[in-house]
Amino acid sequence: MSDLAAHAAHPAGFAHQFEDMDQQHAAGNLGMWVFLITEIMFFGGLFAGYIIYRALYLPAFETGSRLLNVNLGATNTAVLIASSLTMALAIQAAQAGKSKGTMIFYLILTMILGATFLGVKFIFEWRHDYVEGLVPGINFIVQPEHWGPMASQVQMFFCFYFFMTGLHALHMIVGIGILTVLVVMAARGRFTEQYFFPLEISGLYWHFVDIVWIFLFPLLYLIGGTFVMKGGH
Amino acid sequence: MAGHVVPVKVYVGVFLALLALTALTTGAASIDLGRWNTMVALAIAVTKMILVVLFFMHVKYSTGLTRIVIMAGFFWLAILVGLTLSDELTRGWTPAPGPWSILFPFIRGLF
Repeated sequence: MSDLAAHAAHPAGFAHQFEDMDQQHAAGNLGMWVFLITEIMFFGGLFAGYIIYRALYLPAFETGSRLLNVNLGATNTAVLIASSLTMALAIQAAQAGKSKGTMIFYLILTMILGATFLGVKFIFEWRHDYVEGLVPGINFIVQPEHWGPMASQVQMFFCFYFFMTGLHALHMIVGIGILTVLVVMAARGRFTEQYFFPLEISGLYWHFVDIVWIFLFPLLYLIGGTFVMKGGH
Repeated sequence: MAGHVVPVKVYVGVFLALLALTALTTGAASIDLGRWNTMVALAIAVTKMILVVLFFMHVKYSTGLTRIVIMAGFFWLAILVGLTLSDELTRGWTPAPGPWSILFPFIRGLF
């Protein structure tokens, strides 16, 4: 059999160093998980810092947390979970051999939901925080009558808030970039029932970013409860 | 065929469970449970993470090797957080004299 014929016998997207598509699939997933573990440690450093400062300055962190808008945080959590669903459905569409239109539909829906999350974050939350003077280093207005000696500790909470949600938002922007590439690949008919691996490992990344938010939401918005000053200020 | 094709209804079921848990954690935060507020919030977050990892990220259908690597990742995170806290939260449990006062106990008297 000539090289060309051997190539034609393989399914599309098959990389020759692998025994079969199953092995290629498992290897790709494993590699992505190794990358995601470096991401877990990357965010883990921030989470560890947050845990320590929260333990040291609990009242200040609860005060800072109550200045965030829980309803917007919860809405964004739902939006992100919905985007994870549409991402999973895009992969499922490829695996089940549905049309590339279905795939592109779910991918674009995922992008729209991701952009909605970022829109709520930037336009409603961060802009509001800026106007209210809650952004350390740019516009932070100390409220001595409410915070007393805790002012610098409340500022520390907002440092964590902006670094953690900022790093998360950066990951979302990267994710939307990846989705754009996937839409182009899907439109060119690159994905088949056999070969959907770029969709799947990008999905792993997208779901990982979702999981980070699943932890950020309670740690930043709900810590210490919302029962004292409901709805922030 | 590579990979396990999960029926759409499983994904939708997981999605609805995640939404319900989000509502539950938001609701639980509006009730004063004392120190249990944090525990409940974290328990719900971990449950949501497990649902996403098992179903959306297909770990339920993945190879044993992938699962071991994931467990190792969380183990490493536990080392990061656990050892850091074991230092930070136990400071002051035992009196820790500085090096100079061990060598020269009389220095303490000077200050």
